[in-house]
Amino acid sequence: MRGKVHKYARDNIDTDVIIPGPYLKIMDHNELAKHAMEGLDREFVKKVKKGDFILAGRNFGCGSSREHAPIALSYAGISAVLALSFARIFYRNAVDGAYLLPIEVGEDAYNGIEDGDELEIDVERNEVRNLSKGKVYAMKPFPPLIKRIVDAGGLFNYTPE
Amino acid sequence: MTITEKILARASNRERVAAGDVVFANVDKVMVHDVSGPGVMMVLRELERRGKRIEKVWDPDRVWIAEDHFVPAVDKIAAENIITLERMSERFGIKKHFRYGMGQYGICHTLSHEEAMVLPGEVYVGGDSHTNTTGALGCFATGMGHTDIAYVLMHGKIWFRVPETLLFKLEGHIPPYIMAKDIILKIIGDNGTDVANYKAMQFAGSAIAEMPMDERFTLTNMTTEAGAKNGIIEPDERTIAYVKERTDRPFKAVKGDEDAEYEEVFTYEVDKLEPIVAKPYSPANIAYARELSSVEIDKAYIGSCTGAKYTDLLEAARMIKGKKAKVRLEVLPASQSIYMRALNDGLLSIFLEAGAVIGPPTCGACCGAHMGVLAKDEVCISTTNRNFPGRMGHVESKTYLASPKVVAASAVTGRITDPRDVVG
Repeated sequence: MRGKVHKYARDNIDTDVIIPGPYLKIMDHNELAKHAMEGLDREFVKKVKKGDFILAGRNFGCGSSREHAPIALSYAGISAVLALSFARIFYRNAVDGAYLLPIEVGEDAYNGIEDGDELEIDVERNEVRNLSKGKVYAMKPFPPLIKRIVDAGGLFNYTPE
Repeated sequence: MTITEKILARASNRERVAAGDVVFANVDKVMVHDVSGPGVMMVLRELERRGKRIEKVWDPDRVWIAEDHFVPAVDKIAAENIITLERMSERFGIKKHFRYGMGQYGICHTLSHEEAMVLPGEVYVGGDSHTNTTGALGCFATGMGHTDIAYVLMHGKIWFRVPETLLFKLEGHIPPYIMAKDIILKIIGDNGTDVANYKAMQFAGSAIAEMPMDERFTLTNMTTEAGAKNGIIEPDERTIAYVKERTDRPFKAVKGDEDAEYEEVFTYEVDKLEPIVAKPYSPANIAYARELSSVEIDKAYIGSCTGAKYTDLLEAARMIKGKKAKVRLEVLPASQSIYMRALNDGLLSIFLEAGAVIGPPTCGACCGAHMGVLAKDEVCISTTNRNFPGRMGHVESKTYLASPKVVAASAVTGRITDPRDVVG
């Protein structure tokens, strides 16, 4: 996976800013994508390209259980969110629905990667490569079940042993 | 094992589980509403498009449906979502569907306990983050997105990582000006909005023993704002009586073992608490109500699964009785039955005489949906659970979270007000 990173250097980016409440009644994924990150950055949907990444701080996706949040980001083009940590429902929605990869990174990656950097993510080697700066960071490996669901392409494609 | 571990062990057919284990657990009850239900149906349609035949859900008697977020239908899209729910219950033979305008209905989390849709000891998943609320009955209750809920509808089970438990011991007697809302805001403010991420928050102690059920639900409700997977309280006589008043169905109450392991134990002396308010834009951004007495408000909102149960309305009405609201005051009872009880007991007259508008049971403005959405720079004090940017309307509106007593006291003065400072 390769793309440009959009960095939001803050903690607790909540589902209300990722996709505000009034849009919850909308079920059309492409329509939701038009409003991705609207509560935080109205320019986001204009600058994001297919395959891009988001980088953020702790507790990304806290708040509601709305699956609209990973859906809006995914259909806007985001293929992975890198964060210091994720709120639990956002994490499982992203994985079980196979919308995007939630990737936990350390302070080194969080501080070292800048907005606009070109990244390459290798989930087999658990590496995040900053192509713009020539640096490599470790990502936290997916727990075994999560890796199996990711590899299967979502919970419905996964067969429990 | 803790109560959470014991419930998950039973549901996954194991002798024991420990924090960190990943299990596929059988689900006892599942809920969808007018946001998650249409999402679930979309997932099922996609499965059918890919060739899967879907004739039934795993057990229609374990599924129930609420209409709460955008009701009465806010617009055409909301109306279509309600029709999707109608088709869903008809197609799968789901009998427990609480329809607005047809008797009992209301906010799903309130119905979950008011109607005893979930029983002590059960595993309950809902397509809403505040599903944690129901854990005050002594069940494992957690929120999920619509793909997970669709999976449960098909298979009757879902994966869980068994959570570590944080034990919050609430000791002492609760002063008359303090409500459960003050306690949970204090806990979130002291420990942060991700203290319990992936974990269980369990409440115990002498203050819990004397706390009415409605207040216990406020505690478990806002465990979501601390990131918790579930909030839980071991059932006691009060819990059992509450459930038995509402259903004849048998259940098996579960308690944790004497030697249960808790990741951390926090102790709070509730006698010493002061009324607390969470400032914009985080439930953890707390201050004492008295520190904020210069903050002028435009509106006071009494609503939601957090703050519009019968006890919430009762305490607010006691505070406001015989007085006039100085700002716009909105009251939206959390369910039709609470609305009717508040009507019969005269609470609604107290609010109406104070100048309030009474709205129908709905999530309403709590999630910025309708019924009093905030404009840019508008300031609201609210009994709800979140005050993120744009939560109740414009991204530059400001929501202060507080107990029903503080909200009612503030409505009377037009400023954020400690209930002890309202005279007469």
